[in-house]
Amino acid sequence: MESLGSIIAYFIIAIAIIVFSVLAVTSGKILRAATYLLFVLFATAGIYFQIGYEFLGAVQIAVYAGGIMVLFVFSILLTHKPGANAPRLENHKLWLGLSAAVLGAGVCLYSLFEYGSMMVSRMPDNFDINIHQIGQALLSTDKFGYLLPFEAISVLLLACIIGGVVIARKR
Amino acid sequence: MEFTILMYLVPAMIMFGCGIYGFITRKNMIAILISLELMLNAVDINFAVFNRFLFPGQMEGMFFSLFAIGLAAAETALAIAIVINVYRAVRNVDIRQLTKMKF
Amino acid sequence: MELSYTVLVLIIPVFMFLFLGIVGVKLSKKAAGLLGTTAMGITTVIAYAAALTYFFGADQGQVVDGVRQQLTVLDITWLEFTKNLVIKIGVLLDPISAMMLIVISTVSFMVHLYSLGYMDGEKGFQRYYAFLSLFTFSMLGLVLATNIFQMYIFWELVGVSSYLLIGFYYTLPAAVSASKKAFIVTRFADLGFLVGILILSFYTDTFDFITLTSNPQAAISTAGGATFLGCSVMTWALTLIFMGGAGKSAMFPLHIWLPDAMEGPTPVSALIHAATMVVAGVYLVARMFPVYAVDATALDIITVVGAFTAFYAAAVACVQSDIKRVLAFSTISQIAFMITSLGVASPELHHGVGYMASMFHLFTHAMFKALLFLCAGAIIHAVHSNEMSAMGGLRKYMPICHIAFLIGCLAISGIPPFAGFFSKDEILAAAYANSPLWGVWLSVVAGMTAFYMFRLYYKIFWWNNPDYGHHTPHEAPMTMTFPLIFLGLVSIVAGFIPFGEFVTWNREEYIIHLDWTIAGTSIVIALIGIGLATVMYRKENDIPERLANQFRGLWTAAYHRFYMDELYQFITHKIIFARISKPIAWFDRRIIDGTMDLLANVTNSASFAVRRMQSGSVQTYVWFYIVGAVAVAAITIICLI
Repeated sequence: MESLGSIIAYFIIAIAIIVFSVLAVTSGKILRAATYLLFVLFATAGIYFQIGYEFLGAVQIAVYAGGIMVLFVFSILLTHKPGANAPRLENHKLWLGLSAAVLGAGVCLYSLFEYGSMMVSRMPDNFDINIHQIGQALLSTDKFGYLLPFEAISVLLLACIIGGVVIARKR
Repeated sequence: MEFTILMYLVPAMIMFGCGIYGFITRKNMIAILISLELMLNAVDINFAVFNRFLFPGQMEGMFFSLFAIGLAAAETALAIAIVINVYRAVRNVDIRQLTKMKF
Repeated sequence: MELSYTVLVLIIPVFMFLFLGIVGVKLSKKAAGLLGTTAMGITTVIAYAAALTYFFGADQGQVVDGVRQQLTVLDITWLEFTKNLVIKIGVLLDPISAMMLIVISTVSFMVHLYSLGYMDGEKGFQRYYAFLSLFTFSMLGLVLATNIFQMYIFWELVGVSSYLLIGFYYTLPAAVSASKKAFIVTRFADLGFLVGILILSFYTDTFDFITLTSNPQAAISTAGGATFLGCSVMTWALTLIFMGGAGKSAMFPLHIWLPDAMEGPTPVSALIHAATMVVAGVYLVARMFPVYAVDATALDIITVVGAFTAFYAAAVACVQSDIKRVLAFSTISQIAFMITSLGVASPELHHGVGYMASMFHLFTHAMFKALLFLCAGAIIHAVHSNEMSAMGGLRKYMPICHIAFLIGCLAISGIPPFAGFFSKDEILAAAYANSPLWGVWLSVVAGMTAFYMFRLYYKIFWWNNPDYGHHTPHEAPMTMTFPLIFLGLVSIVAGFIPFGEFVTWNREEYIIHLDWTIAGTSIVIALIGIGLATVMYRKENDIPERLANQFRGLWTAAYHRFYMDELYQFITHKIIFARISKPIAWFDRRIIDGTMDLLANVTNSASFAVRRMQSGSVQTYVWFYIVGAVAVAAITIICLI
């Protein structure tokens, strides 16, 4: 039995995810869509915190909510006229999108509710992952060590920075 | 009440569905990118939740989410560079207008 | 091996062919002609050296215990199917191939020389010499083949060069259709040849001539009692191989291409369609003779085909008016003599003399028939017509040609001491030894030969004097008369060669002794033929006309070659094309092509229907992707339940 506080927190998070996700893809204003996305990202970070992945939640906020959102906002401001006379976002191919989303969700939901009972439904308690272990694993070369992917992704980020500069610079 | 795995998976799935819907229906390239981020985020949640509920002693799912976030950052940066470049070329970010390279 | 330089006789002509064929047009006509002739001269010298070394040279193992050996002077493995069944490329020297080396190189060189004058100023002169080189290469390769498969390759190459040379004047429709006819008819015969080769090699497990012929009894017995349609498999194989030979050697009923082949340049007729290529069939049977000798049925077939062809061709030759056609039918008749001679040559009878006689006649016939054709070429060159009616009284204008032609006629008629007498006499001796029927038959044909050859001779050189007008015939240039003189001399003396010392069926020495009963009879018959021709054709008169009227039906039939061409036309057009090919063509166009068209059309319309899916819009693609993934998931779920 969980504490009342965490139950309330969960419902706030879940409702925020559902509502802001829908708003993010239906909103008529691009800046608002970006803001709703920000809220979804925060709610996701909330989920991470709740299930005990504090480090992941911190990264989620720092990289996603902090870094990527800034990029989004910058690009929106660069490519859209600000103010009230900004053109409204319009959606097209509504039935196409709706059918794909509903079909996908339907199959997933069906299988979740039909076979989800096979999985352990309760959250295990024996859980003690701290930042020390994460740091060790991230820079270790042993089994369950992640040094190689860590280096690979750092190189990828570097390449990405260079690529972004090359693509976006003025000729 | 107890938190079950479904309680986390269902919101993630709705988020993913919204991502699909937005990706297909949006006309603005940045809005499409936003939908893409929604989908990625939903997948990240799945990894973390499965890791937490099924293999609490291990960290693979969490690390996968971690790297996915890093990749998402890289991908977004590149995509936005392209969007800005395209905007500079045609003064537009509506994908219906971007048919110059189609044929 | 000392004699391995023989391979040069193949290399030089093929190199000459490539050289003249590729850069020939860049050369002047004179240079190309001289180059080709010089190369042929060198080839001739080498061929003579090889042949004479083989026959007379210091001992290199050619003769062991009085038996001439078959020397494989070059042997390269080409394809290896099984341990035993191997196709090789090599050079085989034995009495008949050495003899053929002499025949081919002599006639080919003479024709090269003669063509310098005859073809002077023709368009495509360089091409002509390139083709001549190709032919020489193929023919020499044919006779030097060590195995039947190599022979088959060169056999086809000879056919190709014959096709190219018959169709040399490719702007004339007659030449084009003649070349096609020659190629198709001989190809059809070669089908039998190939099937025969396959059957033979299947049962005997070898292609090699030496293996085949050294122990033919064993080769035949491996076929065991296998029979097909009442005949043993070996008889079928040998008969089918003979079918190939009959096609090349223009035996009835596959002879129809040879008279038409006269559309080619006359030196080509002399080389290919009189002296060398058309005797390839004789050579083939001679090469395989030990195998044939153990199969009496195959030999009987050969005898009957040869004897009938000899008579048929002689009968047709008596009434033709085109001089080259007469010579063509005469060639068919003479080759049939050789074939018959092989057919009646059983090893038990008269020392198997028929084999030697056949080869001897091949040798002498090559010389005097080439001579006759080259004379005919000189005559055509002078009067610009093939028809006898345009000639007559030419002896005053062309004395050298006249003498040479007379020598040729006397030789072919079998008057001593000219070459044809000796060889034909041996053939008749062999035929009488086998059965009086064949002896009498061939004697009659020999008489007809004398008659039609002298008919030709008188019609050209005596008869009447048509008005040549301002264009008086004159003697041919030196390059053309020299071959005539040379071949004329050879035709006089060739009969005195002690041929039996060189070529016999078992390669042991055999002393020819004339049987004067047979020889005397054949001389008398020949003289009767000549006398008849003298009475009828020496001066212009109406005897031939009256005779022709008296036997109008026979004469017309013979003039139209007994309607063989029409018969072929009927069979191919009315029966094969109309009854078999047309329905098959209909089936092919409508059913086979129709099915393919249907498939293509369905694909096409289906593509048009789904083409909108390939819109380039990523969003649509995502939709397909999601729906596909959902479908896969749904199927998985359904299957799990």
